Amino acid sequence: MCLGIPGRIIKIDDVDKKLATVDVSGVRRQVNVACIVDNSNPIETCVGEWVLIHVGFAMSRIDEAEAAETLKILHELGEAQAEMEAMQASGLR
Amino acid sequence: MKYVDEFRDRDKARTLVKEIETLVGEIDIARERPIAIMEVCGGHTHSIFRYGLEGMLPKEIELVHGPGCPVCVLPMGRIDDCVAVAERPDVICTTFGDAMRVPGSRKSLLQAKAGGADVRMVYSPMDALALARKNPEREVVFFGIGFETTMPSTALTILQAEAEGIENFSVFCNHITIVPTIKAILDSPDMQLDGFLGPGHVSMVIGTDPYEFVAHYYKRPMVVAGFEPLDVLQSIWMVLKQIKDGRAEIENQYKRIVPKQGNNRALDAVFKVYELREFFEWRGLGSIEHSGVRIRDAYARYDAERKFAMPHLKVADPQACQCGDVLKGIIKPWECRVFGTSCNPETPLGALMVSSEGACAAYYQYGGIKKQAVAS
Ligand code: SF4
Repeated sequence: MCLGIPGRIIKIDDVDKKLATVDVSGVRRQVNVACIVDNSNPIETCVGEWVLIHVGFAMSRIDEAEAAETLKILHELGEAQAEMEAMQASGLR
Repeated sequence: MKYVDEFRDRDKARTLVKEIETLVGEIDIARERPIAIMEVCGGHTHSIFRYGLEGMLPKEIELVHGPGCPVCVLPMGRIDDCVAVAERPDVICTTFGDAMRVPGSRKSLLQAKAGGADVRMVYSPMDALALARKNPEREVVFFGIGFETTMPSTALTILQAEAEGIENFSVFCNHITIVPTIKAILDSPDMQLDGFLGPGHVSMVIGTDPYEFVAHYYKRPMVVAGFEPLDVLQSIWMVLKQIKDGRAEIENQYKRIVPKQGNNRALDAVFKVYELREFFEWRGLGSIEHSGVRIRDAYARYDAERKFAMPHLKVADPQACQCGDVLKGIIKPWECRVFGTSCNPETPLGALMVSSEGACAAYYQYGGIKKQAVAS
């Protein structure tokens, strides 16, 4: 929750609601990108970008090297596994 | 230095530790007592234990593990309130995995679930809102926790619920805010801290300006730090350098993620939806002025506390628990009477044993490396 997890935005789902699909080490899910878009960084510029995701919200754009290093550390901390399990097992049914 | 080999840049880590040793040798107070540096954020605590960073540092440095794990400081009364709501037949209670295991005075949310309450783990408050869309005949309550890192997520979810006119969704807001907490720590008479590692991802949202009082008023250095092992070591070096130079400033080691002014879109949502509470109760620390937020009147219909007329139970921490003393750095986790015996990660008594960002669980998990043993 506090450390977040890096993912790559692969498509925009809803421009008005600011929703996009991210790929987090092969797991795909929808995230909210409201915090990383504004007039000078419109939502269309997000695709292909790496972002740091906290509880389903992209909170910061990061570069690819940073994303890779962060993922490695999260795996070592055991946080990545927990985060991705939570993403997959989310109470939706 | 058995853990150092795991680092990507083990040479860099060794060099940093050497430089830290040199700096410590040049700091006068280190000859009389340890230099106490608090890492405020639970993410740092986890990283420090996982990589055995404490054991690599000279014995003149004492790391004090601060209260920056939102799961660990949830008081029993708030859990009891949430359990009471979760047990209503019309309610679907949703929360993050870790929060489900925090002990209340009667039971945890997980135990409530085992007893038949509809409690579901979600990854995101957005998932809770999706459940509300799918189950219009039920009330979906999201147990919202976290510092400023996750505050924007619940604020934006409430704004989304409003935009869609969803009425069967509410948030039980337990968000806490870091600045008053650091102030309370600095005002505490039994605390002697020489500097701080500032939280990385909270600062990504609020920026570094809100910490200026730490330097100006309390004359303590603070370095906002990333959570990779090299980040932590470098930040400790930066704190020590300030101490040696006689400076007290807010420095930013984590510039690649943390902008000085924070994230404006996130802060706008937070200010729109939340306002400060006069007081908020912390497990182990008691009541801290202005340390929590609540939902503003304009969004009252999304406020679970009002929707369900919560009793606001106040429950004292269990007698055997010494979480407060650990949080304040007065004792180390293994010095707690129940550490590893009646309090362990399977059956936590205190909240510091629940999440891997809690000091007790981290010590338990990674073997509680005692500095002396490794440094020698
Ligand atoms: S061992 Fe358990 S009760 Fe003791 S301080 Fe740690 S979490 Fe609290």
